[in-house]
Amino acid sequence: MNDKFHQASFQIEKDDNVAVALSDLEPGSIRIHGSSLLEVIVITDAVKQGHKIANRMISEGEPVLKYGVPIGIAIHDIEAGKWVHLHNCKSYYDKRSSTLDLESGAPTDIQYD
Amino acid sequence: MSGNAELTWKGFYRNNGTKGIRNKILVMYTVECASFVAKEIGAAYRNSGMDVDVVGFGGCTDNEYALRMMIAMIRHPNVGAVMTVGLGCEYLQGKSLVEIAENEGKPAAWMLIQDYGGTLKTIEEGKRVVQQLHERLAKETVLVEMGLSDLVIGAECGGSDYTSGLAGNVVVGRLFDRLVEAGGTAIFEEIVEAIGLKDILLGRGINESVQKELGAAYDKMLEYCKSVRQYSVSPGNFAGGLTTIEEKSMGAFAKSGTKPIEGVLKVSQPPLHPGLWLLDSTPDPHFMSFGYTNPNDNEGLMDLVCSNSHLLFLVTGRGTVVGSAVSPVIKITGNENTYRRMSDDLDFCSGAALTGEKSMDSLAEELLELVISTCRGEQTKAELLNHKEYFIPYKYQSAGTNCEM
Repeated sequence: MNDKFHQASFQIEKDDNVAVALSDLEPGSIRIHGSSLLEVIVITDAVKQGHKIANRMISEGEPVLKYGVPIGIAIHDIEAGKWVHLHNCKSYYDKRSSTLDLESGAPTDIQYD
Repeated sequence: MSGNAELTWKGFYRNNGTKGIRNKILVMYTVECASFVAKEIGAAYRNSGMDVDVVGFGGCTDNEYALRMMIAMIRHPNVGAVMTVGLGCEYLQGKSLVEIAENEGKPAAWMLIQDYGGTLKTIEEGKRVVQQLHERLAKETVLVEMGLSDLVIGAECGGSDYTSGLAGNVVVGRLFDRLVEAGGTAIFEEIVEAIGLKDILLGRGINESVQKELGAAYDKMLEYCKSVRQYSVSPGNFAGGLTTIEEKSMGAFAKSGTKPIEGVLKVSQPPLHPGLWLLDSTPDPHFMSFGYTNPNDNEGLMDLVCSNSHLLFLVTGRGTVVGSAVSPVIKITGNENTYRRMSDDLDFCSGAALTGEKSMDSLAEELLELVISTCRGEQTKAELLNHKEYFIPYKYQSAGTNCEM
């Protein structure tokens, strides 16, 4: 992995409440590139490349904002520095995605037998 | 944009009034049974310096949607001459296609394998005819000044990852803004990846009637996705960090840039005037529920070709290798690792924006230079590798109110 992405993330719009991991991140201090008011944030979860981190507290029922628009809804409180994914955020539209496996994204609602 | 006024090149003038950036001979088969012979004819001219592409429709029973795509490619500005190859008993009539080409002022010829006496004789005759068409094109094609205001570029994504929405599609959006400012035409598609964006989409419509068109295209798409219980998002997308279809949609929508949308095109309908257009490739409701909306990336590229795109952008994150018949494909990624790993296939990387090493505007400027050199005849990676994929499905869509048929 390219060193410049070490412990680095990218926030698209200023109002977004998530940033995107530019490499696999370890808990600790990370940089935020792009349009963030903060330069650094402390994360408490390990977060894989391409996944999202809450850059502030997101309360249950609050929209998760990326690109400046709601991309889903928080299904319980998400503290700043936490990984945001299928376990705490769901689509407003696609019911099936809430049933997918958290790690692999594989469907769990269909039997292979 | 004033600096781009002198960004011109020599295009190929067509008698139907259009200008192309390539001068191709298009070999078209009219049924799967004729595909082998057509492909053998095309393969004979690989790396020959002659620009011969092969496309075709596999069905024996014809289909209006597929026929419209075939006709759109015959009329396409990058196509100089046409030869159809049929077996002889299929519905789709090569002879009628050739009449359309001739009415457009393009040299054309048709042949049926049953008449010519089988595989070998048809291949031999086909090669001779292609050679003749080439000689006519070389002699008769008129070169003409061409610039950004004549250019139509289509964009779509394939093999997206987290960088697509952060950098890959963003640089395309920035370039589309510049193209439209220069009086050119930009087309984006993948309305299936607009879930959750209805208000944003409608807000981009240039007037009330276009907003209505956009709303209707959106509602049809949402109804389609609900009824097949499948959104355009896959396990790999989730594993890669995307959590919802809305998130993926917004990343894809970024490639449309910021200009107003002039209208919604149906497949095989050319834009009515310059500006930014949305291409609707979702099948219309029909008693046979014809067709999947996005069976693969090449179908999407074909849709953009059939709306007269001279040039295509394919944005990838994980990496893709395909090209397209008829129009050159510039493959763009925002992922520097993918770009290094697949450097034989990918044309452009906008990943430097992620760490602020380069601004998105300066990357868009670099992409514009690549667009111009491609218009001047420089081959894309896909062209160099002879990647000339195509895909014409059975599908149902009404022709719309302003489709030229």
